[in-house]
Amino acid sequence: MESRIRVLFLTWLALSLSGCAATRDLFGWGRESAPPPADDPGQVIEPEVERREIREGDIDTEDFEVSAFAGVLSVEDFEANVVYGAKLAYHVTEGFFVEGTLGTSDAGRTSFERLSGGAPLLSDSDRRFTYYNLNLGYNVLPGEAFVGENRAFNNSLYLTAGLGATRFAGDDRFTVNFGAGYRFLLTDWLALHIDFRDHLFDIDLLGEEKTVHNLEGTLGLSVFF
Amino acid sequence: MLLAALATGGMPPLAVADDEPPALVTVADPFLELHTGPGQGYPVFYIVERGDDVEILKRRTDWFLVRMADGREGWVPREQLERTLQPSGERVEFSDADLADFTDSRWEAGLLAGDFGGANIISVYGGYSLNRHIGVELWGSQILGNFSNGWMGSVNVIQETWPDWRISPFFTLGAGVIHTEPKSTIVQSEDRTDQVAHAGAGFRIYATRRFLLRAEYKSYVIFTSRDDNEEVEEWKVGFAFFF
Repeated sequence: MESRIRVLFLTWLALSLSGCAATRDLFGWGRESAPPPADDPGQVIEPEVERREIREGDIDTEDFEVSAFAGVLSVEDFEANVVYGAKLAYHVTEGFFVEGTLGTSDAGRTSFERLSGGAPLLSDSDRRFTYYNLNLGYNVLPGEAFVGENRAFNNSLYLTAGLGATRFAGDDRFTVNFGAGYRFLLTDWLALHIDFRDHLFDIDLLGEEKTVHNLEGTLGLSVFF
Repeated sequence: MLLAALATGGMPPLAVADDEPPALVTVADPFLELHTGPGQGYPVFYIVERGDDVEILKRRTDWFLVRMADGREGWVPREQLERTLQPSGERVEFSDADLADFTDSRWEAGLLAGDFGGANIISVYGGYSLNRHIGVELWGSQILGNFSNGWMGSVNVIQETWPDWRISPFFTLGAGVIHTEPKSTIVQSEDRTDQVAHAGAGFRIYATRRFLLRAEYKSYVIFTSRDDNEEVEEWKVGFAFFF
């Protein structure tokens, strides 16, 4: 679309300028735009395919990957619940990528809350578990996976680790995460992901401060663009 | 969904505009190897012979998806594609990220983390080089501490004295705003937003390809509404990439 507008604009420009002899000489294109003589011996064979010069900027790059995911997050002491979120990755080299993730889940009740039947430890809004993280990832073991005899799909494993913050139980908590995933490419630009992460942070909600592990397993679908 | 995805697998990529002639190159080496995916680990499944044309469809990192005349598609690394010929007979050239780009590239983005006066800090930044020595950067940080949380946004100027060096030292000066939320259970205090100024120094270290490591120290002065200004020291390390 853009190039069509560009062509239209240039055509209009060429037409409007070609009438003026001064601009012809100024730009030095006047003679070239004149129709070739009838007995032009230059071109004997018509090229089969129209060609253009390769300019690096014209080639579409697909280094970004956006994905949506859903799965299960086990919030330590607070049951396992559904988690969902979105991810944006930028592939810097064939091995390395950086990614940012947003995810959210609602934590359940602790065993203590269930057994005692007393007042809940947290309000419903404090039970909401949201996190963001910024990670560095590395693709390992790339290759082809065969589905049946005749169909092969590209796939790879990847390792990720990074930092972020988790809002849970009324506080933002510095969070470290690491994990591994599996990318199964359905086409050049569409992929299925299976991802496992551990989100670690310190919390003193239940008396003493401790580091909690929040394990997450998700299934995602991503698009390269 | 799987079937729908597979069905679209044979479609030409959306990015190729209808009204543009194809980006054709001619194989000049004895052969061009087509990989199934954009990486060295993906197997070579076909070979294009010298003299044949391939169309460049798209690029991912340093790999190019090309299509042969018979419609077969495969991925070729940049080093191989650069040994093909353009219609004019010239070689195809693509920029490669190396130490020279580390010095000369305009844009940079990164992620750093560290210690901000005893609290954890996570920062992202984007930078633009005005010339080889001077650049401007925009920073956003989240601060997570035992007594308070907060965020900070700042703009700073960075000066590199020896930009050619693989380990390039820099100085930086900047200003911004910091928002602090004390944890109410510990301190009875209100949220506040203050202006902040900082000076610092650090190193940009070229790692590989587009990656660099960065370590820095900054000294902040927070202009509080109280009698005394607050001074905070910050140490951070992280990685960045240029493009």
